[in-house]
Amino acid sequence: MSGTYLGMPAFPRAAATATRDTRLRANLTHATHTIRDKRAKAVAELDDWAQLRAAGAAVKDRTLRRLDHYLEQLEAAVTAAGGQVHWALDADEANRIVTRLVRETGESEVVKVKSMATQEIGLNEALAGAGIRAYETDLAELIVQLGHDLPSHILVPAIHRNRSEIRDIFRREMASWGRPAPEGLGDSPAELAEAARLHLREKFLSAKVGISGANFMVAETGTLVVVESEGNGRMCLTLPETLISVVGIEKVVPSWQDLEIFLQLLPRSSTAERMNPYTSTWTGTTDGDGPQTFHLVLLDNGRTDTLADTVGRQALRCIRCSACLNVCPVYERAGGHAYGSPYPGPIGAILTPQLRGLAGPLEESLPYASSLCGACYEVCPVAIDIPEVLVHLRERVVQGGPVTLGGTRTVLQPAKGHAAERAAMRAVGWAFDHPGALRAGMRLAARTRRLHPRRLPGPGRAWSRTRDVPEVPAESFRDWWQRTRGTSSGRGTSSESGTSSGPGTSSGPGTTSGPDTSSERRGDVK
Amino acid sequence: MRVALFVTCINDMLHPRTGQAVVALLERLGVEVGFPAEQSCCGQPQFNTGYRQAAEPLMRRFDRAFKDYEYVVTPSGSCAAMVRDNYPRIGAKAAAEGRGRGLVDAAAFAVPKMYELTEFLVDVLKVEDVGAYFPHTVTYHPTCHGLRVLGLGDRPRRLLEHVEGLELRELPGAEECCGFGGTFAVKNPAVSAAMGADKVRHILASGAEAVCAVDNSCLLHIGGTLSRRGAPVRPVHIAEILASTGGTAGTARNARTEGSVR
Ligand code: SF4
Repeated sequence: MSGTYLGMPAFPRAAATATRDTRLRANLTHATHTIRDKRAKAVAELDDWAQLRAAGAAVKDRTLRRLDHYLEQLEAAVTAAGGQVHWALDADEANRIVTRLVRETGESEVVKVKSMATQEIGLNEALAGAGIRAYETDLAELIVQLGHDLPSHILVPAIHRNRSEIRDIFRREMASWGRPAPEGLGDSPAELAEAARLHLREKFLSAKVGISGANFMVAETGTLVVVESEGNGRMCLTLPETLISVVGIEKVVPSWQDLEIFLQLLPRSSTAERMNPYTSTWTGTTDGDGPQTFHLVLLDNGRTDTLADTVGRQALRCIRCSACLNVCPVYERAGGHAYGSPYPGPIGAILTPQLRGLAGPLEESLPYASSLCGACYEVCPVAIDIPEVLVHLRERVVQGGPVTLGGTRTVLQPAKGHAAERAAMRAVGWAFDHPGALRAGMRLAARTRRLHPRRLPGPGRAWSRTRDVPEVPAESFRDWWQRTRGTSSGRGTSSESGTSSGPGTSSGPGTTSGPDTSSERRGDVK
Repeated sequence: MRVALFVTCINDMLHPRTGQAVVALLERLGVEVGFPAEQSCCGQPQFNTGYRQAAEPLMRRFDRAFKDYEYVVTPSGSCAAMVRDNYPRIGAKAAAEGRGRGLVDAAAFAVPKMYELTEFLVDVLKVEDVGAYFPHTVTYHPTCHGLRVLGLGDRPRRLLEHVEGLELRELPGAEECCGFGGTFAVKNPAVSAAMGADKVRHILASGAEAVCAVDNSCLLHIGGTLSRRGAPVRPVHIAEILASTGGTAGTARNARTEGSVR
């Protein structure tokens, strides 16, 4: 992996670059619209979807409230089943633990099943630093790895690539990672899949160590669960002698009965399948079958800090289905890389700033990477109110406030760079709370309206680059009301000019003879 | 029935015609409309940008302005959504911060009386045919807050379908955000413009003469994009369509029969 997420530019800048990339936008629009339409159909098939969704949210909330209890139960069950549990407070600790565990096997190569947690901590880079090569075996992850690229989607990490780009990457790169691409490789899905199959099979059969994530962990039995479409994950989970699973602590569910809910919610939300092709579960070790050594690395990395925030913690319900990415109009145009994290799209915009803290320009800009259209909340199978959390985090950015960082309660200072905005908001807020002053300002604006430029200076410049600014009308509504009604309590009791204000003579729009609004551009369809 | 118009700051300053349309329409339907002058902005721009506490005085002002009314009607889906969805949140947070229950009460008072215009027409007045005449092809853009927070459903469409002379055109990708999003348009101009461009492309594909919505802020963004491209499609607030009548638009009816479907 050549890339790193650190040092990514702030969202608006990265997104502006992406919107100009017409091929990227075409790839993304095509892919997201296809999945989004299929998802809507798959969800519509279930008439109890709303109840399932509520149940999913409730189970996750209940679990998060007593997370310590369920994690201890999980640890005891995993240990009893012959596994070993390791606790990692942050990315560095997790990477150190995994590196040590791999070293202890004496191996210098590992196969990996797609795992967001290991992306989050930069495990591949850490292993490379220790002389250990990690091979991604999920097809899309393989494409990303061979392309020296970063994933740009939770479920389809190479969504930003089209078939001919993938063929070029395979032809160019496969040889240096193992079995080369077949002669004369074309770009049909079957050919590409076959090339990947041949390339990966070598790895599966030789690898002694597998590294995985997990979609769920069942506390009552210490069972881990991976849900996938290709079956490559199952190869990783069963063929090596040692299996190391790195999983975020929020992935625990209390019981198998709870799991049942998520095994319905996840496939329909993610791939629009009624049931996913492969669901693998593993519990500790079994003599003579599968990996003989099993390690579970439980990753915190900002999760307990997130849990301490009563509004923001709902982000930890996420089951990584990617439905919110596929409906998000911002993700569709900005692309996944603009989010600077393995978690792009709406969930990334609320998860990344919470896991990392509002630590830098990127993290501060992510809560604003949304028009608050609410499409993400509507599709989320565990009902995470993403717009609510976005606004909550915006408040943290501009006003600061109490947060938990590294387990300690502190008060966050307002971010720098919002001083002008804060002053403007204060001034606007003051004006709106002083209608007299506001009205004077509006009258001034109306009197000078002929002088207003159609293109704005300052922070409004970006707006008027692509849009025309509306003309200020000659008279505000307030002044019209006062002039025609003269009272705040309805019609006809005016002392000013209310005599003409009966319903019969009302000069509403749609009339071409409105005495006072003829200069307004809007409303006339001509 | 005591009904107050909450005109909203944007309409007050930039689209007085929409407020006038609501007054004309409601009065035509026999409703007595009041306009408490104490009203101001709902606080949405402040709240959505992260300045929650700056929205609090405006919330109190809302409370004062409308306390004597049974219903508050607004021609703005997003402002109605702000009151209904976010006032309770602001109240709860203020209480949690130890600043009393005043705002909790204000929210509890404001939420049940807040109606977006089309909701008020269909749910309270129980009319779908408001006796309007608008001889044009029109496409309807369902705004995000109207669609997802208020759950307006097909109320606006039902009202439009009863407008005489109006031909409703399907809007491709109707439920996609236009890209305005308040300060989003300023903070993420490139993405906002890309979203606006796609929305405008779909509006043009509908072949309609006018695009209407329940919110002038979205129409401001859409209209600004249309105007910059020199497109002949006009943005019109739905209130202005519903307020148009055969009587007042009589001259238009004679002069523009080609635009009429009847
Ligand atoms: S936030 Fe919801 S919709 Fe988005 S990936 Fe997570 S579970 Fe899926």
